[in-house]
Amino acid sequence: MQGTRIDYSVILGLIPAGKKVLDLGCGDGTLLAGLVQTKGVIGRGIEISEEGVRACIAKGLTVLQGDIDEGLRDYPDRSFDYIILNQTLQAVKKPDVVLSEMLRVGEKAVVGLPNFAFWRMRLYLLFNGRMPKTDFLPYDWYDTPNIHFCSILDFEEYCGRKSITVEKRVCLSTDRGGRVLKGARPNLFAESAVYLLSRRMPAASERAG
Amino acid sequence: MPHRKEPGSVGVVKKKQFTCCEPPHELELEGGGRLGPITIAYETYGRLNKDRTNALLILHALSGDAHAAGKYFAEDAKPGWWDNTIGPGKAFDTDKFYVICSNVIGGCQGSTGPSSIHPATGKPFALSFPIVTVNDMVRAQARLVDHLGIERLFAVAGGSMGGMQALQWAVSYPDRVLASIPIATTAKHSPQQIAFNQVGRAAIMADPNFADGEYYGREVPKDGLALARMVGHITYLSDDSMHEKFGRRLRGKKTLGYSFNLDFEVETYLRYKGDAFVSRFDANSYLYITKAIDYFDLSLPSGSLVKALEKVRSKFLVISFKSDWLYPPYQSKEIVKALMVNGVDITYCEIDSRYGHDAFLLDAGEMSKIIRNFLENVAVRNGIAFPAAGA
Repeated sequence: MQGTRIDYSVILGLIPAGKKVLDLGCGDGTLLAGLVQTKGVIGRGIEISEEGVRACIAKGLTVLQGDIDEGLRDYPDRSFDYIILNQTLQAVKKPDVVLSEMLRVGEKAVVGLPNFAFWRMRLYLLFNGRMPKTDFLPYDWYDTPNIHFCSILDFEEYCGRKSITVEKRVCLSTDRGGRVLKGARPNLFAESAVYLLSRRMPAASERAG
Repeated sequence: MPHRKEPGSVGVVKKKQFTCCEPPHELELEGGGRLGPITIAYETYGRLNKDRTNALLILHALSGDAHAAGKYFAEDAKPGWWDNTIGPGKAFDTDKFYVICSNVIGGCQGSTGPSSIHPATGKPFALSFPIVTVNDMVRAQARLVDHLGIERLFAVAGGSMGGMQALQWAVSYPDRVLASIPIATTAKHSPQQIAFNQVGRAAIMADPNFADGEYYGREVPKDGLALARMVGHITYLSDDSMHEKFGRRLRGKKTLGYSFNLDFEVETYLRYKGDAFVSRFDANSYLYITKAIDYFDLSLPSGSLVKALEKVRSKFLVISFKSDWLYPPYQSKEIVKALMVNGVDITYCEIDSRYGHDAFLLDAGEMSKIIRNFLENVAVRNGIAFPAAGA
């Protein structure tokens, strides 16, 4: 992977300067460090692996070692401007809970996810009859961190059902070193998508459930 | 006397003493009563910068002392207790920071404690020494920091009881600590921790030589103190590290003895650790210090740790170790959560070490790198000047 990843530059473009940002599953902190350096954000990260946490500390980032699945409970409402979950939603145990917590704790959420209905995936399954593997998602079925795949259609249908506003969607392809797709039928042609989401704070009575 | 430094070592160091809280300005203690005059034994390594902003206070654990790094003479076989983390180029880099470590009050390694002479009676305090708390220890340290002309510490750091003091510093003196590093510690002692300490205290008090603590100048309660240390030592290790270190290996024999003599290596090791401890530690200090940490509960008086940490302004680096069952990671996570809710700039790392609670003393590799990176970053961001190179 050369230079900046396309999804990173898209996310850098989505987040205004100086905001308070929490990156869930921040890995080695490359994206977060980029946000701190180029956008002057106040950045925080949560990462499950000790190796990732150490790499983040070496980059001078503020990071907590922890599990996203149990991680946001203690944060007060709206304690961040933006919460990022990039290429991680498919790996969490309860994506539903994580998304809803993100939209409680953050004013806005940035979610990047792989599109399982990408045409190459469809063809792979159709012709090989086996679980799709790509350069982007290279894992075997028995040894993958990814347990909750969805397609762009699935995700947007979910957002509609949960009254989550899609403020922006950027569709991506890894072709030619990564590019933004502008054409029609993203559910077929996009390999992944980055969403900017928001949701009005539900009343306490609605949240009880 | 000039001498060549070994690489990474602070070289030959000297213990210093400072006295404060002379009557009638005694230190008012948390549990009632007053203490003074107070002598504090301390050591310093590295050099203070011109603005006096690069001072780092190292806080020791239950059985530690002011001798955190270096040697007392060139051939000294035993360096300070945290020598693997303090020195030029190490985690607490003495080329950059002025490192201070002092013996806690209540201790027995040069600071005022139960074995010190009571000024009124001319005899050792023994059990007439007042109960001191972690908060009291920290307030005494603040006098030393004043004395050294340091307004604000760059960082405070320590493991176990040292971690409690690091927390207490950030709570008691929010404006005097830029960064705090509590390691393998807790915001309050758990019933299990209190229970182990009580076993240790009971062992000391049950020793016929204990004599209500009035054993100075006579036979000391060495069996009781050794037993206390043996129990303590077990809690510092892990099942894994004991397998690795001892297994079921026999000591000095090829077959089982079928008697109550010592068979296993782990038995002789514990016996040795217990006996070695007696020669350097005072039983009454063991009672006072374990009591101080049993009383430690930052969430008092409101009962809420979040509320107790409201005023904290330091940056934090919290470290725990996966195999530490004495101060398990969940206790560190409680600290992390409460700080996080208060919006404190906090970094947390749970190190995958097999060495149990002792990991903070032994397993310095990963921990050192983390601390070094963290401190370097805080220093750069806050424009802390390092002392110029060369003597």
